[in-house]
Amino acid sequence: MTDYSYENTFTVEGGDFESAGKTSIEIKKVLKKLAITNETLRRAAIAVYEAELNIISYAKKGAIDLAVSDDKILISVADQGPGIEDIELAMQEGYSTATDQIREMGFGAGMGLHNIKSCADTLDISSEVNKGTHLSIVINRRGSGNDESGLSD
Amino acid sequence: MNLAFLTKELDLKVASCEDHLTREVKGGYVGDLLSDVIAHSTQGDVWITRQSHKNIIAVSALREHAGIILSLGTEPGDDTLDKAQSEGIPVLITTLPSFEIAGKIYDLLAAR
Repeated sequence: MTDYSYENTFTVEGGDFESAGKTSIEIKKVLKKLAITNETLRRAAIAVYEAELNIISYAKKGAIDLAVSDDKILISVADQGPGIEDIELAMQEGYSTATDQIREMGFGAGMGLHNIKSCADTLDISSEVNKGTHLSIVINRRGSGNDESGLSD
Repeated sequence: MNLAFLTKELDLKVASCEDHLTREVKGGYVGDLLSDVIAHSTQGDVWITRQSHKNIIAVSALREHAGIILSLGTEPGDDTLDKAQSEGIPVLITTLPSFEIAGKIYDLLAAR
């Protein structure tokens, strides 16, 4: 069993574009206080931002569970939403089901899940259509993982 | 090279956080897709964009940009400026298109 020194749940309301990024900024501040810096902080912040935006863009509501131990950050995201029919397709960069309204704001470029995967050491996605989606994102605090170049393509 | 120097040199209009213009500009990034910008821009960049809604502030705060430059004279709404003030993100405006302002900043950075 991993011993988590910090655990908290952040709730995100679907459709609330007014507050988009609020939870990510809050979580980044928490991580900074926990002395998480540089590359690890960058990867966690991007993963949380994309997860938050997915909930806002597609789901009714969702929750982001953050757990931090000495060697890893676990980000569990569960939403009540439409689910993902074809996860493999959704993972492809550029594939998006975003509405025009979402795209006009510069979201919905089809990069969200791809960005999360690039930032994670492990990513597990499970989804049930018309129920919701669950992401389990693990970012190791030391050692392995993608560096900055991992996001460039 | 800081934002105050850029503002003077490139005739930028300061829309928010005039007190933060001492911030150092390390590089730049041009983009209007938020996922692209959050993934590929780096800390200390000045972000050049045509997006002016308030969500750009969260992206900029998360990536710790030096500031945002809105191109083609794009005027941000009050909600964007309020958010910029609360997160401490300078928002500057140029009348030039993104390509031209990026070119000028690139030259200034390269000359250093």
